[in-house]
Amino acid sequence: MKLEALPWLILFLPLLAAGIITLFTLRNKAVSATLSIGAIVTGFVLTLALIKFGGWEARELSVNWLSIGSLTVDFGIKLDALSLMMLLVVTGVGSAIHIYSYGYMHDDPGFSRFFACLSLFTFSMLGIVLANNFLQMFIFWELVGVSSYLLIGFWFEKASAADAAKKAFITNRLGDFGFILGILIIFTIAGSLNFSVLQSANAIAVLGGSATLAGLLIFCGAMGKSAQFPLHVWLPDAMEGPTPVSALIHAATMVAAGVYMLCRVFFIFTPDALTVISWVGGFTALLAALIAVQQNDIKRILAYSTLSQLGYMVMGVGLTAPQAGMFHLTTHAFFKALLFLGAGSVIHAMHHEQDIWKMGALRKKMPVTFWTFMVGTLALAGVWPLSGFFSKDAILAAAQHHAHEHPITGWALFGLAVFVAMLTTFYMFRLVFVAFFGAAKSHGVDHAHESPGVMVWPLRTLAIMSIAGGVIGIEALFAGALKPGGEHPHGLLAQLVYPFQHAPVAALSGLAAFAVGLFLAWKLYWNAKEDLFTVKFSGLSKLMSNRFYFDEIYEATVIRIHDAIAAISDWIDRWIVEGFCLGLVRGGTDLTGRALRLVQTGNLQTYAFLFVLGVAVVLWFVLGK
Amino acid sequence: MRAVFAIPYPLSSILAGKRMNVGLEHYLIVSALLFALGLLGVITRRNLLVMYMSLELMLNSANLTLVSFSRFNDNLNGQVMVFFIITVAAAEVAVGLALIVALYRKRQSAHVEDLTSMKY
Repeated sequence: MKLEALPWLILFLPLLAAGIITLFTLRNKAVSATLSIGAIVTGFVLTLALIKFGGWEARELSVNWLSIGSLTVDFGIKLDALSLMMLLVVTGVGSAIHIYSYGYMHDDPGFSRFFACLSLFTFSMLGIVLANNFLQMFIFWELVGVSSYLLIGFWFEKASAADAAKKAFITNRLGDFGFILGILIIFTIAGSLNFSVLQSANAIAVLGGSATLAGLLIFCGAMGKSAQFPLHVWLPDAMEGPTPVSALIHAATMVAAGVYMLCRVFFIFTPDALTVISWVGGFTALLAALIAVQQNDIKRILAYSTLSQLGYMVMGVGLTAPQAGMFHLTTHAFFKALLFLGAGSVIHAMHHEQDIWKMGALRKKMPVTFWTFMVGTLALAGVWPLSGFFSKDAILAAAQHHAHEHPITGWALFGLAVFVAMLTTFYMFRLVFVAFFGAAKSHGVDHAHESPGVMVWPLRTLAIMSIAGGVIGIEALFAGALKPGGEHPHGLLAQLVYPFQHAPVAALSGLAAFAVGLFLAWKLYWNAKEDLFTVKFSGLSKLMSNRFYFDEIYEATVIRIHDAIAAISDWIDRWIVEGFCLGLVRGGTDLTGRALRLVQTGNLQTYAFLFVLGVAVVLWFVLGK
Repeated sequence: MRAVFAIPYPLSSILAGKRMNVGLEHYLIVSALLFALGLLGVITRRNLLVMYMSLELMLNSANLTLVSFSRFNDNLNGQVMVFFIITVAAAEVAVGLALIVALYRKRQSAHVEDLTSMKY
């Protein structure tokens, strides 16, 4: 088989699986799961083959899709280190999650439907990763929105799940509106949508004064998908979906799409736009970490943790270090998928109990889950030499480096990032101490047991990746694609010590933040029966556990205003469009119809007479006069 | 009398007691009379069968016109046409009568006043 066919296969296999499952095998669980898992695992293997035989260098394949006037759109595939690495992450982590779902969803009546949706989602995400132009990316962008809607609302009979699905979709649409406006600006001024063409044409110079505006509008799309402030509200609610979905959305796919897109079109952002991006990212990181400190639902803690880490990545991109953002995205994909699947394992064992204050002592009951969860936690907290340390350090180093030129922004964001790192350790160890250590806090714990092999093995695999992910040369690959020219260490040992030589301040601050966070968590939550933080800082705690009232604020402002506009539109539609315009046309037609129908007497002879009369009139016109 | 209105040619010669010279006009007048009678029958008679017969009368008046034109113009096309019309009319009569019989069996009536289900 020719190598060019591989990317197309990787892209379309999941769609094929989704189609076949929906059309033919909804009743057959085993076949459906096999198709879906087979599609993504094959995708993973083919990606490996593609990299083995094709290498990492950039290339493009495309077919002309549509061409109207000056608008030519290709349906293309852009392969370079960025997309290939992302392809590996999506198919690799996706495979683990697919296999895990086979165990987690086994008794669900919608089993086959679930796998069809998963495959559709995978297809959409692969489309974003492989797209070589803005329009194609936007289409798959929307497809991800739709399929995430289907997955979050998978248990649609639950009102909260249906609402969460709507919220996710609509919030994303808000961001996408900005995204498409940005695309339109770029097309109008630059005349092309192709990434490579724009990059080689020096898009910022071509766009001139509107470059910053276009960049910020494009960033709106990323704000929606990657759940950045102020569009972050949908992500925690998306926890209503099944846990594998949370893992998929949070770890490897949907939220990563925003950061990936920022890196893909990094050449379009002006320094001003990047400053805004870095501050939005930093603020999101801080806000979400603060909220995570006072959540009690195991999945919600992880959700806010994801938000916070996404803030890190976006901040990394904003600090002109897209390779650091992508590096953190990749390692985060490993350990966040691990943490979510671990949480799923716990929830599965606890019969769908998600409150950490009703767990405790799970360390003995579920050893594999505990150890893998511990690895994920340490990686997320940034402990040397786990993967999270290196990627987080890359972002801290980027902030420090940025401070040479922009001292205020650079040092402020550096301090913020270190503080958030401390908070991260704090809330993650709060979760671990409360849920896995101490005494059992409910009877559910007594019946808990380790999950089946199909769920445990993905955990083990992801745990290995979480440990090793930082030192297998991922950063160098991204740097090669996004910021060529820099020097990067080669060899295991060199990579292990590189952060301490390259930017010791950043590395040591990161480790210090971990130590402080761990100490605080140990002080407050080791063997804790109740949340001391809530008792001591009740006001602050209330603010945090209520998510700083963002949902309520939006309810009172955005949604109210929206309701008012909707009511006015409804009035105009009901009375002016429908009542006046349609009423007039409809009423007029009705009246004419009523008058004309009197002609239809039903008497044959009247018709005959009128017919003859008609003929006579025609004859008179033609012959007479 | 002449001063009031002019009597058209064939009638005027008949009234004047001249020897009749039968021409195309005579045939056409007979044909027109037949056609008018048929039309009157179709419009005024209430019985479907009678209406149908009147219809045939109109058809035959047209035939008469064709034949007379054929005769006076020395062109046989008109007569050929009439043969076709007679043939088709025979078939049409069969269908029409069958419809009327079927209608009568269903409604027990062949009067047009009773067949107004298409009203409004």
